[in-house]
Amino acid sequence: MPSRIVYLDHASTTPVRPEVLEAMLPYFSERFGNPSSIYGLAQDARKGVDGARAAVAGILGCRPAEVMFTSGGSESDNTAIKGVAFASRQWGNHIVTSSIEHHAVLHTCQFLEKFGFDITYLPVDADGLVGPDDLAAALTARTVLVSIMYANNEIGTVQPIAELAEVVRRRGKALGRVIPFHTDAVQAPGALDLNVDRLGVDLLSLSAHKFYGPKGCGVLYVRRGTPLLPQQQGGSQERFRRAGTENTPGIVGTARALELVVAEQETESARLIGLRERLISRLSERIPRTRLNGHPTLRLPNNVNVSFEAVEGEPVLLGLDFAGVCASSGSACTSASLEPSHVLSALGLPADIAHASLRLTLGRENTEEDVQYLLATLPDIVARLRALSPLARAAQG
Amino acid sequence: MADGYSETVMTHVERPRNRGVIENPDGAGIERNPVCGDLLTLTIRVADGRIAEARQEVKGCTGSVAASSILTEMVTGATLEAAAAITAQGIVDALDGLPPHRLHSAALAASALRKALAFYRAKQE
Repeated sequence: MPSRIVYLDHASTTPVRPEVLEAMLPYFSERFGNPSSIYGLAQDARKGVDGARAAVAGILGCRPAEVMFTSGGSESDNTAIKGVAFASRQWGNHIVTSSIEHHAVLHTCQFLEKFGFDITYLPVDADGLVGPDDLAAALTARTVLVSIMYANNEIGTVQPIAELAEVVRRRGKALGRVIPFHTDAVQAPGALDLNVDRLGVDLLSLSAHKFYGPKGCGVLYVRRGTPLLPQQQGGSQERFRRAGTENTPGIVGTARALELVVAEQETESARLIGLRERLISRLSERIPRTRLNGHPTLRLPNNVNVSFEAVEGEPVLLGLDFAGVCASSGSACTSASLEPSHVLSALGLPADIAHASLRLTLGRENTEEDVQYLLATLPDIVARLRALSPLARAAQG
Repeated sequence: MADGYSETVMTHVERPRNRGVIENPDGAGIERNPVCGDLLTLTIRVADGRIAEARQEVKGCTGSVAASSILTEMVTGATLEAAAAITAQGIVDALDGLPPHRLHSAALAASALRKALAFYRAKQE
């Protein structure tokens, strides 16, 4: 084992913070009652769930009844998209999304294609931004849903959601109905505004383990009046929209984690942006032919995504793993599929650059020392691989 | 071992064997996996019906780096017939296995070797 572990994969998952765990613990064994029962013990659990719902609603700027607790980001995305699509067939069968969505959105849309839905996958520019004009042009009289992610999990690019939602709102108004706008905001908490009215969204997905909460817990905001066909039957929970006994400790933990991360948002974002910028500039100094993927400024505070010309991302990750650094890559060879990441491909990057990507995502526990450790480790790993690469020799002539 | 790689794979990745290219080689094979973009060059020098020297360069995943490296060890000193008999599975076995989704790395190396041998034969005619 390496002497030191530096965790730089917070976009993948985060540790549950102690305050969150502490808030959850009583709901496992003491206040274990079923929130749907009427005796006092169960009412303690009910209060936990109600309090959590009110807290989340306070942060989103919505009514508690518009907050649905789910099993995580993937369920929230699935429920939003299938739920609206199947409840809207009288108005049409067209859905607009982007080409860089998380697979929880993309694969759900592809699934709906089998049921007769037409999907438009909007292109993005070289920095990963969706163009409002492209979105306006894609909307038709049969469009029933638009789903565009808030911030991208791979490259960190932040979309102008309010502006995009306004385009959709205006088109809906002209059609005399609402075209619901969903955003996958899984990467946003702690970094971006979550107020659903300022954003102008009708549905919004969150996942607790991305913001130091428990895994298997998520939130779906559903604006009142939005058509939604429940995806799970069997009980009256979540206002009949999601049957099943509530995950009380998870729900309490989700709300606590969200409160904490939002309370610290301003100071922590500023700190992470500082670390991010130092990391990007020093990596570029120390490793020639380094390319930053994603938008230079409209970017999550914790996201660094770089490609090193002439090397593959996967052996870089393995080298980092041996040095105790946990990172990730959009590279083909990190997964069973050999194709480069759909996100990097959508940016129009040549396959060689798309294959060479490294994603470093910072978090609460990272310090300047971690950045220094990475800078002391990574350049040698890249140099060693380049010494072996026919492409590096070709580039040097 | 990390990410399902064998000890043997890791020793080749830590210290790749026979790096580089032979100037004016007797045989050369350049192979590319069009899907994942891995690129491998193998150059050989032949003397008395045997491969006297083999050198490799590779841009690719850990599996490809190791397959390319061990291939040069397998062919050095081998007769042309013995080298021609080396298969992708033979490379996988020499590496003490590769994870299932990295088997293409061994196929890439075996294919570069076949090309290098074909190059050599064509040069002799």
